[in-house]
Amino acid sequence: PSPRLSSRLGMAALVWTALCLASAIAVDRSNFKTCDQSSFCKRQRSVKPGSSPYRALLESLQLSQDSMKLQLVNEVNKVPLLLELYGLQGNMMRIKINELSPLHPRYEVPDVLVRDPPATWLAVTGRDDNSVELALGDSGHKLILTGKPFRMDLLQGRELVLSVNSRGLLHFEHLRHRCACPSPSFSDKVSSSVGSLWDKIKSLFHREEPKESAPADGTASEESEAAVPGEQESKEDRPDQAEEELGSWEETFKTHTDSKPHGPTSVGLDFSLPGFEHVYGIPEHADSLRLRTTEGGDPYRLYNLDVFQYELYNLLAHNTQRTVGIFWLNAAETWVDISSNTAGKTLFGKMLDYMQGGGETPQTDVRWMSESGIIDVFLLLGPAPSDVFRQYTTLTGTQALPPLFAMAYHQSRWNYNDEEDVATLDEGFDTHDIPCDVIWLDIEHTDGKRYFTWDSSKFPQPRNMLGHLAAKRRKMVSIVDPHIKVDSGYQVHNEIRSRGFYVKTKDGSDYEGWCWPGSAGYPDFTNPEMRAWWASKFSYDQYEGSMENLYIWNDMNEPSVFNGPEVTMYKDALHQGGWEHRDLHNLYGFYVQMATAQGLEQRSGGLERPFVLSRAFFAGSQRYGAVWTGDNTAEWDHMKISIPMCLSLALVGISFCGADVGGFFKSPDAELLVRWYQLGAYQPFYRAHAHLDTVRREPWLFGEENKALIRAAIRQRYALLPYWYTTFYHSYRSGQPVMRPLWVEYLDDVTTFSIDDQFLIGNALLVHPVTEQGAHGVQVYLPGKGEVWYDVHSHQKHHAPQMLYVPVTMSSIPVYQRGGSIVPRKERVRRSSDCMHHDPYTLYVALSPQGTAEGDLFIDDGHTYNFESKAQYLHRHFSFASNTLTARSADSKGIFESPAWIERVVILGAGKPAAVFLRQSGMPEMRLDFQHEPETSILTLRKPGVNIGADWSISLR
Amino acid sequence: MLLLLLPVLSALASAVEVKRPRGVSLTNHHFYEESKPFTCLDGSSTIAFDWVNDDYCDCQDGSDEPGTSACPNGRFHCTNAGYRPQYIPSSRVNDGVCDCCDATDEYNSGFVCENTCKEMGRKEREALAQMAEVAREGFQLKQRLIEEASKGREDKQRTLAELQEGKKSLEQQVETLRSTKEAAEKPEKEAKEIHQKNWEEQRAAEQAAREQARAREAFQELDDDGDGLVSVAELQTHVELDVDGDGTLSETEAQTLLGNALQADASSFQDSVWTAIKENYKPEGLPDAAPLPEAPAEEAPEPQPDLPPEQPAPEDDYDEEEEDEADDDESNEEEPKVPPPKQPSDKVEEDVEKLPPYDEATQALIDAAQKAREQFEEAEKSLKEMEDSIRNLEKEISFDFGPQGEFAYLYSQCYELSTNEYIYRLCPFNRVSQKPKHGGAETNLGSWGSWAGSEENKFSVMKYEHGTGCWQGPNRSTTVKLTCGKETVVTSTTEPSRCEYLMELVTPAACQEPRDPSAADHDEL
Repeated sequence: PSPRLSSRLGMAALVWTALCLASAIAVDRSNFKTCDQSSFCKRQRSVKPGSSPYRALLESLQLSQDSMKLQLVNEVNKVPLLLELYGLQGNMMRIKINELSPLHPRYEVPDVLVRDPPATWLAVTGRDDNSVELALGDSGHKLILTGKPFRMDLLQGRELVLSVNSRGLLHFEHLRHRCACPSPSFSDKVSSSVGSLWDKIKSLFHREEPKESAPADGTASEESEAAVPGEQESKEDRPDQAEEELGSWEETFKTHTDSKPHGPTSVGLDFSLPGFEHVYGIPEHADSLRLRTTEGGDPYRLYNLDVFQYELYNLLAHNTQRTVGIFWLNAAETWVDISSNTAGKTLFGKMLDYMQGGGETPQTDVRWMSESGIIDVFLLLGPAPSDVFRQYTTLTGTQALPPLFAMAYHQSRWNYNDEEDVATLDEGFDTHDIPCDVIWLDIEHTDGKRYFTWDSSKFPQPRNMLGHLAAKRRKMVSIVDPHIKVDSGYQVHNEIRSRGFYVKTKDGSDYEGWCWPGSAGYPDFTNPEMRAWWASKFSYDQYEGSMENLYIWNDMNEPSVFNGPEVTMYKDALHQGGWEHRDLHNLYGFYVQMATAQGLEQRSGGLERPFVLSRAFFAGSQRYGAVWTGDNTAEWDHMKISIPMCLSLALVGISFCGADVGGFFKSPDAELLVRWYQLGAYQPFYRAHAHLDTVRREPWLFGEENKALIRAAIRQRYALLPYWYTTFYHSYRSGQPVMRPLWVEYLDDVTTFSIDDQFLIGNALLVHPVTEQGAHGVQVYLPGKGEVWYDVHSHQKHHAPQMLYVPVTMSSIPVYQRGGSIVPRKERVRRSSDCMHHDPYTLYVALSPQGTAEGDLFIDDGHTYNFESKAQYLHRHFSFASNTLTARSADSKGIFESPAWIERVVILGAGKPAAVFLRQSGMPEMRLDFQHEPETSILTLRKPGVNIGADWSISLR
Repeated sequence: MLLLLLPVLSALASAVEVKRPRGVSLTNHHFYEESKPFTCLDGSSTIAFDWVNDDYCDCQDGSDEPGTSACPNGRFHCTNAGYRPQYIPSSRVNDGVCDCCDATDEYNSGFVCENTCKEMGRKEREALAQMAEVAREGFQLKQRLIEEASKGREDKQRTLAELQEGKKSLEQQVETLRSTKEAAEKPEKEAKEIHQKNWEEQRAAEQAAREQARAREAFQELDDDGDGLVSVAELQTHVELDVDGDGTLSETEAQTLLGNALQADASSFQDSVWTAIKENYKPEGLPDAAPLPEAPAEEAPEPQPDLPPEQPAPEDDYDEEEEDEADDDESNEEEPKVPPPKQPSDKVEEDVEKLPPYDEATQALIDAAQKAREQFEEAEKSLKEMEDSIRNLEKEISFDFGPQGEFAYLYSQCYELSTNEYIYRLCPFNRVSQKPKHGGAETNLGSWGSWAGSEENKFSVMKYEHGTGCWQGPNRSTTVKLTCGKETVVTSTTEPSRCEYLMELVTPAACQEPRDPSAADHDEL
């Protein structure tokens, strides 16, 4: 649920801004900071491109087996930094910059990397006065490190892949003691005294940008003087006066004052990506998939708030030749600026450049700015998108394989009132013959917002209720938020308090904020002991009324604090180890979900896979469950924006994403609701949810016709569950996103680079949901030169590439299967996914123009870790070539008994055979019945009847 | 009727086991003949019989797989001997959930279901019997209610007619009394006027006499030499009579006062001179005249802020008791009782000389008129009351209390249901409200709107609308579902959607005529 309408609509406002539409609801954006209002962002951003004051001391270079260390020095304040470079296996590179000897340690993000990334060798391959050339393992990449000014250029062969600090925006605020000296008119003196030095430095630059680097005159001088580090200092014993002028030691936003006992601590660095026009990532911005440039506006902000839920750290740049990623590992408030030298150009201008062979190479510049911590960056060097996904997930982990039910349909509402309400709802799905796997309980189910408890009058017998659902093979999810009611009669609170597990204020007392229960404490999830204790609370004897089919939802875990600055926690609050909240804010939600998932795992003795939905997340959250896009509104644009939002998340490893079907705030009309069900059926996490104040909207409340449309959409989801499950398995194994932008599969088709109103599931299905009110048709782009696509409903074949106009009715969900793919389905849709576990499969074999196809299928018990720990699974591979469909094992390690069999094979694009034969080893050849429809070229093979685990072949003759 | 019959049928079915494919009902079994190819029930195609129930869907209508889950649109028939036969969607065959009470739907899922049909049949029969009993008794009660309603309606109509009749005569009476009153008031008025006039004349005469006496005294005082004349000089001793304000009374001025004469005798002094000087004249030997007592200034206390007691929006007034209570509640919270502003005292008037009592004759006339007035007013009040009663009756009679007026008895009643947090109160045809148990304001959940049942059963649902508004939401409203029962009682209240309440009211008035089960049996068999 949401704390307040006004604040939660902040996200809405962003959507609106992005779409240049007027919002009917006024949103007070002023409750949240702009870069200008965040003093470190302002300080960082006021560093203008130009010559960097940093110099690499090449003589300090130390090369070990797998890393290189080197000192950097700020020529102005002489503070030494330590640069560490690692070549990582799998075509990656890590850059760390920290102070050589900080006053006290700076925060380095723990627990996000799944392990110390294995390094590869580094070698110095060249050297001159002002530069060093390094070779990175066997990848063929070379790094040229320039001493003065410091910059790094990464090349593959003769091609420049990316540059670091090429715009001279490295800005590392070193730790210091607070200075009591006055500040007035200091910069004037400094600028005059460093004038000559400045000129000297400037003359040394290889690639200068004079108009920017010269100290600006007139009105701008104050700011640029204050900002460019080179101008700030000439004497070592003087603190960075200018930094102190800009809220370095204390900052007030609205009525909240942030004491900054450590003073200015921010870090910033720039990257240039020559040849890249398209950058993606930085979820969760409610915006187009492709990132816009931020020149003249605010940077993208990465700060988990109960509004934006902005997040994450990886950024991908893609062109037809190459995809690279930059993963900035920092858990403090972070802003990202993106600029492009082609941003202002018209398409015609770009074409002209291209045709004349001249003009500039397109280039994208990215700049990261974080409030504290160190610079820790991973360069993911691709070269293909799939490589970048693999690289990123070797670092942060892949998507956890969710239990099968979690991919099915979820019915939620704030709130289902009581046990009777739940029973009626459950019955409703059967009465109306609509599948549903999970019923959700929001905060009202608790005893006064005391999580782990039940309202004794509304939910007097939770185990009865859960048992009733279990008999239908359905599940339930209850909410457990990380704010704990301060109430001496509440055992959870008492334990946390007595164990000292709460986050502390800067004065050392337990921090208390205001949230759903009123006054609430916030457990320190960064403390591993606290997490272990939290996990133990999910055992069946601790969480009274819980059962095996009860799973968990973590909301408000940014953390949301109603009366805190920007609706979150004070940055000077203290965590375990004395770290400030400032250092690790963005990790909080990640740890909450981690601890909860561990709890669910432990309660089953480590056997069962958990399901935990979280609103806040960080790099690595994919290891712990699902996320959703937060509190949206029942409006068409909110539905539409869920596509790029989930695609952005998918690009940074978080595949299990969805949006509240129907919209959280306000009430959708029947058309919007039906369209949203149709869209949600093809997004990874499929949950309908609604605000407390909205009217009921269960699928059967909108008349027979709409009920039938919603039922049909949900059934399409259930029929495709084997494909979803297999695609998730791939994501788990190899880090490939489940829901994908088109360009991930069609690397060199520039048309796909900006498409975000359609997407792929795996590599076989293309979805273009209807997201316009009153639509009569949609423009579907079918990519792939020389490929074909089949409409999954009519089976009509279309040639690609083409922009196809598809007329639509209310029942249309335009979905296409790629020619050359094989998609498994279960066409006996039942009331829950569990009921379908042993059901037979239908294989949809969509032939390529060459008459080939392949696909696979992953099966296990659907809910335990046995697939991992005991290799109890089946991974089947199907291929069609030379008129023969062959089934074999894709992974002989997996062994699993399933009674499921193949009831039907549908071959799209096939001619009529004279006869069809099934062959299995040790059995006589068997003739199969079939049907052929000449108009659509569909060949349906009747009842091969082979077990899904068996090897066989079917030949058309 | 059908419900009661089915157990009998199924008992038959189990007695005479007919061989038929799994999932086929007795009625359909003749479509499935083992010796012949099977034609889909929609006629779309014909297949070999061994493709029936072979776990592969061949017919578009799903009719070839009545006993498996193969067809998405198929139906599985459970016989449910001992209970009710039933069709379930094919998707529930072997899905690991027990749907048919005879357990026939889970024949191959590995799940073991118990046959609970007998138990369910027994329970259902009991429940049905109980329901039938309730329905029977309820229906009897309903008959009584109908009678009462019809009697009540007749009574009311009669009362209304009487009232209307009475109203006419009362109106006449009022007119008569008005004439009487007016007739009595006329002599009263005249007598009062005479009395007043006499009194005023008397007062004038007394005043003149007093003046004369004062003049006389003054004359004697002024006539210092006792010559029976007031001379200029004598007059001049009274400086206060100075005319031009120069502080002295000159001779000329004195002469003027004396009527342009040098002296005045007692008679002319009294006639003309006194008039000229009496305003300023001060008798000798007396202290300055005490200042006139100031008119008792009516320093009205700061008027109480005149809060017109905020009457709650006029509610329907047929439910006075309820309303009074509600009013009390509201006034307790909303308006502190303000003591009425003090009446300005009548004391001022008392200084004025009182009218002397009327003489007997006049008093008699006044008494007569007063009596006539009172009689008239009383009659007029009765007329108003009668008109109110007529309006209320007319309103009540105009309500739709069901096809036979069976719901009339709910009118002007209220029923309460107490939950953990609230006391819900349903006053049919009036309003629904909710009051927190532990203090707090009452919330209006809607005022009578209309009957809102389906077309066939309009009187099964009541709708109350336009209750207190919800924050960011609609006005509260309540749907009341009526079900048959022996008593009239609210059995549940829920809020399925924010601010949309659902109440269940059990009432005999909702009971339908029970059908004679034996008759039904005979019909069917």
